[in-house]
Amino acid sequence: MIEFRNVSFSYEKDTPVLQDLSFRIDAGESVGLIGANGAGKSTLMKLLLGLLQGQGEILVDGLAVSKATLPEIRRRLGFVLQNSDHQMFMPTVYEDMIFAPLNYGVSREETEQRVDAVLEQLGLTALKHRHNHKISGGEKRMAAIATVLAMEPEVILMDEPTSALDPYNRRIVINTICSLSQTRLIASHDLDMILDTCDRVILLSQGRIAADGPAREILRDRALLEAHRMELPFCLAGRE
Amino acid sequence: MNKSEQALSALAEMDELAARQSPIHRLHPIAKLLVTIAYIFTVVSFGKYQLSGLAVMALYPVLLFQLSGIPARTCFHKLRIVLPLVMAVGLFNPFFDRSPLLYLGTVPVSGGVISMLSLMVKGVLCLTASFLLIAATPIDSLCAALRRLHVPSLLVTLLLLTYRYVGVMTEEVSIMTDAYRLRAPGQKGIHISAWGSFLGQLLLRSMDRAQELYASMLLRGYHGHFHYAAVNPFRPADGAYLVCCIAVFALLRFVNVAELLGRLLVR
Repeated sequence: MIEFRNVSFSYEKDTPVLQDLSFRIDAGESVGLIGANGAGKSTLMKLLLGLLQGQGEILVDGLAVSKATLPEIRRRLGFVLQNSDHQMFMPTVYEDMIFAPLNYGVSREETEQRVDAVLEQLGLTALKHRHNHKISGGEKRMAAIATVLAMEPEVILMDEPTSALDPYNRRIVINTICSLSQTRLIASHDLDMILDTCDRVILLSQGRIAADGPAREILRDRALLEAHRMELPFCLAGRE
Repeated sequence: MNKSEQALSALAEMDELAARQSPIHRLHPIAKLLVTIAYIFTVVSFGKYQLSGLAVMALYPVLLFQLSGIPARTCFHKLRIVLPLVMAVGLFNPFFDRSPLLYLGTVPVSGGVISMLSLMVKGVLCLTASFLLIAATPIDSLCAALRRLHVPSLLVTLLLLTYRYVGVMTEEVSIMTDAYRLRAPGQKGIHISAWGSFLGQLLLRSMDRAQELYASMLLRGYHGHFHYAAVNPFRPADGAYLVCCIAVFALLRFVNVAELLGRLLVR
């Protein structure tokens, strides 16, 4: 589904952010991308989405990410940004939700059906015609996820989906992520959330893959996590 | 609430006014747009001494306020900054045109005074009509109407994005102003010595924010063309509104109804 082949990237010469990354994510997998600040998580996502260009090859469903394939690649990938305010730029939730399907040539009737179905799936029907600036942070995050689901993407990428949320809204977002059937790649520092939502974890450190394996194993390895400036998830911290 | 937050809330208020339901809100945006353009052209076309003719044109905004349920107070409150500028346009006319045009009892009224009043009335009427158009039509529908009238896509997109980004930029100003005020107690406004760095930061932050938003648009299939909100089909009622309004404007322009009424009453 997604394949990175020897991908490297640097913003400045001689300061590589990602170095020779190679991994593969199969369809239906839910993968957590963890690492300390500056490890390259967001950069990796931006490379996958074609917002940045690096060395090496990135494939999505066998299609190499390049200028020519970007529209097709982006149609398959739905990206939930860390800051929902950056994602929701239309006046109402509804207008934000119809933005992508209409751009991808979906008819107005089908778009309406998709919007209603997604809102119902996420229990957000009441938000449909609400103004984006008038909904709470938690509602906005859910609405941002809804805008991406309305695209019906094959893969969902999320950058810190639970940041700045209270425990109640965080739990709603986690339950929503767990209910999704798409392939998922989630970058986060919230290791408890990663443990709840992902089967596999890729640990990035200084631009390289420090570990790649089952979430339950990697997230229990205190020595490994601490060696890469991370800590055990709170739910596991007392159980060693 | 600081000034930027007030501005943000004022912007949101316009969106809310436009989302209301009324016979005027339900009209097709093209009909509303064309009627407003016709109204402005008619008002502007009155001669500088035709004050009585102009006065009758005030009926249109009055009627629209009534039918749309948009409070006139909100309109004049929002236009309070622009109105004095409009009023100032003809301020010097009384000094240049001193010949008496009519007498109020024994008091002569010069042509300059009449032309000044006429300019003021024209300005107020045009601004009010524009406000009513924006307050009774969501920006998306307005842009859709402009596209249907074959206004170039680039201009319409620019209009829409400017409208959207004003809010984004105001939000950034609000955050920065709050951060400044919290560390500059007792200061009124932003000290002149901080203006340079404040504006520089604002520019950089706005650019960052704009890039994020643009990336978000690109990732959701944006390719330079907006798909505007679905607009109801143009109904016979919309056509009737358009034709009737233009006919009435033409009538009021070429027949001085106020003068006719005056003569009738004097007889």
